Amino acid sequence: MPGITREEVAHLARLARLELKPEELDHFAGQLDDIIGAVARVSEVADQDVPPTSHPLPLTNVMRVDEVRPSLTPEQALSGAPAQEQQRFKVPQILGED
Amino acid sequence: MTTTTDLVSYEDALASYDPVMGLEVHVELGTKTKMFCGCSTELGAEPNSQTCPTCLGMPGALPVVNAIGVESAVKIGLALHCEIAEWCRFARKNYFYPDMPKNFQTSQYDEPIAFNGYLDVQLEDGEVFRVEIERAHMEEDTGKSTHVGGATGRIHGASHSLLDYNRAGIPLIEIVTKPIEGAGERAPEVAKAYVAELRELIRALGVSEARMEMGQMRCDVNLSLRPHGREKFGTRSETKNVNSLRSVERAARFEIMRHAAVLSSGGTIIQETRHFHEDTGSTTSGRVKEEAEDYRYFPEPDLVPVAPSREWVEELRAGLPEQPLARRNRLREEWGIGAHDMQSILNAGAIDPIVATIEAGADATSARKWWMGELARSANESGKALEDLPITPAQVARVTALVTEGSLNDKLARQVIEGVLAGEGEPDEVVEKRGLKVVSDEGALTTAVDEAIAGNPGIADKIRGGKVQAAGALVGAVMKATRGQADAARVKELILEKLGVSEG
Repeated sequence: MPGITREEVAHLARLARLELKPEELDHFAGQLDDIIGAVARVSEVADQDVPPTSHPLPLTNVMRVDEVRPSLTPEQALSGAPAQEQQRFKVPQILGED
Repeated sequence: MTTTTDLVSYEDALASYDPVMGLEVHVELGTKTKMFCGCSTELGAEPNSQTCPTCLGMPGALPVVNAIGVESAVKIGLALHCEIAEWCRFARKNYFYPDMPKNFQTSQYDEPIAFNGYLDVQLEDGEVFRVEIERAHMEEDTGKSTHVGGATGRIHGASHSLLDYNRAGIPLIEIVTKPIEGAGERAPEVAKAYVAELRELIRALGVSEARMEMGQMRCDVNLSLRPHGREKFGTRSETKNVNSLRSVERAARFEIMRHAAVLSSGGTIIQETRHFHEDTGSTTSGRVKEEAEDYRYFPEPDLVPVAPSREWVEELRAGLPEQPLARRNRLREEWGIGAHDMQSILNAGAIDPIVATIEAGADATSARKWWMGELARSANESGKALEDLPITPAQVARVTALVTEGSLNDKLARQVIEGVLAGEGEPDEVVEKRGLKVVSDEGALTTAVDEAIAGNPGIADKIRGGKVQAAGALVGAVMKATRGQADAARVKELILEKLGVSEG
């Protein structure tokens, strides 16, 4: 059986920018363990002859012709922005990245 | 960060270590629309005027892949001698950074559309080096950030940032080499030659203009050193966004000297990204890699797999243009020039203009002469690419035709070209308006020749005495008197005729 550790949950939470309390880490570790265990059971029946599914519809090569379609106006695009400046989305200081 | 970087000399570094490189090149495709939506990719539009719910990552918006984007990826893969996947998917690369409003970049992970290829590149001295290609995959560009409040627009010290998402979603093809081994001291040169050859290839395919100065093609240089004789690679650094051919070479060279200094003093290389600085040719530390690499890729559920049929792939293969290196070698023979000349022509971006000028009727020598002389100079002065000069190959061909038929000499032809560049119209109009015709009126010429002989009796005597080379001075006098509008060859003939000597 897979074992999801508290540290792994903390790591995932950090990557997903989720702030979890110590008791939540324990709680989710148990829940995620259950979910992964359930999914692992599917792998038991899916042998080499069953290809993995990434999409519910049996489609391939759905493509669009390279033709310009109308965009939103800048006003529309920015209408939901919490802050804007110079017709651009204004975001807080970006730290710790390049 | 502020301390200076220790370096050892390039020669010493190579004496102890063997460099291994990996090059990642991003090419922005020249499609009309973005990779997953119909927003225009036109440059220079006002901020956030080319966005839609899909490229802004609005809930419920669904992407649909651009057919030309896929076709371009297959063409690039084929031209790089890659295998083309029979079936592949897109994947989400998850990260939090405001340049992607979706909080993920749609890319490809373990199923690239093209893989296992190579590109032969030619070094300055003619040696051919084979660079193996690991993969080429499809993805999308990010938005453009402007950092406000810090010094010189840098992120450090900025109070906030402003985002324009016009570029977010523009199709990118990322081309990744296998580790480049065995280049030794020529590693930086190989890196430069590879990026240059790739650029030629991309342009020949017509899938992008691949202009590095406009960010349409960007290179990340991965580099590590290992002691001679050791198989195992050392720890690498990744220098991001190196955006000119010269910088690719300099960045690789700098990293070799820096790594060698760290290693030879007993230190260890930190796996990190580094920034290249054009002004100093040096790199500085960016972010440490390990955590940032946790992108939690998973197959993109909103897009269906891409399965290029073998018929389609073969159709595209059949339509591929000649490989640029093979083409250059063929043209070199046709034009009767050496490898070095061809390299200069390539570096000047003059191959296509010269070919087009020859196709428009000029001879190879004249076409080369104008594009590599007068026009290269003009492009240099105005800081433009040759092909952006306001003169067409057909116009250059017309000028050479006028020279061939004797209506213009070289000096006048230069003025005609100057006139065309200045927007004075077609070559014939410039000739007309500026009154630039070779004086072929024999009467006027004969008078000028007589005057030149009479005015320079000493030189005339020398010529009579058999010193034919001295005629140049008299030709010069006639050209001056006719303000350069005489046919110099005819003038010389007349002078020799008058003085009763014939050209040995």
